[in-house]
Amino acid sequence: MRVSRIKAITKKELIQIGRDPLSLAMAFIMPVMLLLIFGYAITLDVNNIRTVVYDSDNSSLSREFVNEFKRSGYFTIVNNITDNRDIDKYLDSGMAQVAIVIPEDFSRKLKGSKNGDAMIIVDGSDSNTATIALGYISAISEIYSQKTKGIKITPLIEPRIRVWYNSELKSRNFIIPGLIAVIMAVIAALLTSLTVAREWERGTMEQLISTPVKSPELITGKLIPYFMIGFIDVLMSVFMAVFLFEVPLKGNFFLLMGLSSIFLFGGLSLGILISIVAKSQLVASQISMVATFLPAFLLSGFMYAISNMPAALQTVTYIIPARYFVSILKGIFLKGSSLKLLTFETFLLMLFGVTVFAIANRKFKKRIA
Amino acid sequence: MFERIKQMIIKEFIHVFRDRRMIAIVFVTPVLQLLVFGYAVTTDVKEISTAVYDLDRSYESRELVRRLESSGYFNIRYFIKNNYEMQELLDAGKVAAAIQINRNFSSELKNNKETEIQMLVDGTDSNTATIAMDYANRIIGMYAKEIKTYNVSKSSNPLSPSLKAGLDVQTRAWYNPDLKSRNYNVPAVIAIVIMLTCLLLTSMAVVREREIGTMEQLMVTPVKPLELILGKTIPFALISFFDVFLVTFVAVFWFDIPIKGQILLMPLNTAIYLLSVLGIGLFISTIARTQQQAMMATFLFYIPAVLLSGFMFPIENMPEIIQFLTYINPLRYFLVIIRGIFLKGNGMSMLWQQMFALLILGISVITISSLRFKKRLE
Repeated sequence: MRVSRIKAITKKELIQIGRDPLSLAMAFIMPVMLLLIFGYAITLDVNNIRTVVYDSDNSSLSREFVNEFKRSGYFTIVNNITDNRDIDKYLDSGMAQVAIVIPEDFSRKLKGSKNGDAMIIVDGSDSNTATIALGYISAISEIYSQKTKGIKITPLIEPRIRVWYNSELKSRNFIIPGLIAVIMAVIAALLTSLTVAREWERGTMEQLISTPVKSPELITGKLIPYFMIGFIDVLMSVFMAVFLFEVPLKGNFFLLMGLSSIFLFGGLSLGILISIVAKSQLVASQISMVATFLPAFLLSGFMYAISNMPAALQTVTYIIPARYFVSILKGIFLKGSSLKLLTFETFLLMLFGVTVFAIANRKFKKRIA
Repeated sequence: MFERIKQMIIKEFIHVFRDRRMIAIVFVTPVLQLLVFGYAVTTDVKEISTAVYDLDRSYESRELVRRLESSGYFNIRYFIKNNYEMQELLDAGKVAAAIQINRNFSSELKNNKETEIQMLVDGTDSNTATIAMDYANRIIGMYAKEIKTYNVSKSSNPLSPSLKAGLDVQTRAWYNPDLKSRNYNVPAVIAIVIMLTCLLLTSMAVVREREIGTMEQLMVTPVKPLELILGKTIPFALISFFDVFLVTFVAVFWFDIPIKGQILLMPLNTAIYLLSVLGIGLFISTIARTQQQAMMATFLFYIPAVLLSGFMFPIENMPEIIQFLTYINPLRYFLVIIRGIFLKGNGMSMLWQQMFALLILGISVITISSLRFKKRLE
């Protein structure tokens, strides 16, 4: 390995990147766009549940019951209907997600000694929203029930629940640290997976081979510029997370950047490996999507808890570096984890990076020969 | 004219499948994506790994723990002996919840005195935490109610407030009574998988000719711009169509996703949907000069399109400006259609508005792209 040759390749690659300012711009727009979408546009928090009311009692008690839903802030009453066949229409078309059905004898029963009853229909197709809505419904019904009894009954067992690490339960705090891992996997996939394939396709690889450059030098030289772009992306993402979205960074900033570099090295090496194996840009783009983007997005635990996946798929997640990096990011951001707690993850990330780099190197040698 | 288009289509198929690996890629990756999505994307919260710190060690405390466990929502992994261990397990992420039952739990319950239970929840995953807290509240609440009723009936005081009338609320979930998130997600995955495959193939195929320099060769042939556009889109429309068929097959037979509506509505709707997707692919190919740019631009469109479609995040929770923006997202309409067909059994009478909107969008996109494409050729 000679530094001067690596330098030359890096310089060549930088010139090529410079000639394609559109791709470079997109490499910086991508993380900003993803962070803005996740930070502002979407949320897993459930509110504004569209609700339709069919109140055949129409008494002060039933109206009070409906008001309780309105007041909670989670439900938005879209309409009061007078024909119970309309319930189907509202739910089928998705105009309402919840229907509150109050029978005629609702208030009579409540005033007497019998239990009043009401029926609530939930659109279960979006199971997550439905589950959370059901939780709200049972809590609201309980409150109403106590109010009509006129006595505030304290429950015999009071659950004192405290939430750690993300005490306001903001989905933003949970998603944004993990998002940084996804961003880097995407960047690695998009930027590096085509670099070698492009040289083959355009016929410039033959020129490179005829130079005295050796394969580890070529790979390292190609890695460095993309590493720089990736590193700037991480910096940008972390700054946006902390200063724009006010995600608490409880751990050490330098530890975060150090471990990010290790992950970046592995991700970029994988991109190069794909590029070497694929030889055509079309094939490379498809492989890199399946091998880097999808696992980082779906199997890393970034949004979907790994413990909820079937056992076979859980096993697969162990070979996905993003999995370790997501837990590192969440650990450093939300729990303030130290390197000692993250030794295992760090070690595996290193192992992954070195292995992939070695394989890429070997495959490339074979290609040339 | 038809002859020339036919030749273009044949040429395109030869191009795509000359690399044998592309056959596998075009047909295997969508299925692979569906499998991974189908299994990984689950928002069902169950078996939350939990630690119990039981200081009371009584029949009552064990009964409560048993109920938490048998609900299926909590998986009691650790019985711990001190407070310190609780913190350690949460820090290491080995448990997501920890429950502490105090020493006098059972004696207070027996004397009908109020008692409390401490619960710690890892809030890192706010969705799981919210649902876990809700489950715990409900299970503990039910248990408390039972004990109270038992105590009251023993003391036989008929005027006790808890025996006064209250409210029973029955809840029912329609369309997906088991509340399985998979039933909701898999049909949507069909839509997003096809979008990515179709976009990448279309945008890269055109740019490739430009990058390698074969576009000039095409230009000197008598092929007209419109024929070129058709020749470049029809093959990918056919491949995407086949992929939809394949992926739907896997969804129904592998994942057992019920189809409540008419499956015959699928081809028609897919065709309308592909109009927009091909149009966007073509549009990207008019902007990009290299395949690298085409791929990045595809992702730059694809990721927000998926996130802002109502696929995982309900549109009504988004800020209003963004909600407005989603109207130009073809995925938005197609998701309502495909979920309607699969889960709700919606027919034409329910779906025509969405279909109409999607058709208008598709025609506009493909017209704009074709005009731009023609201009670039000239």
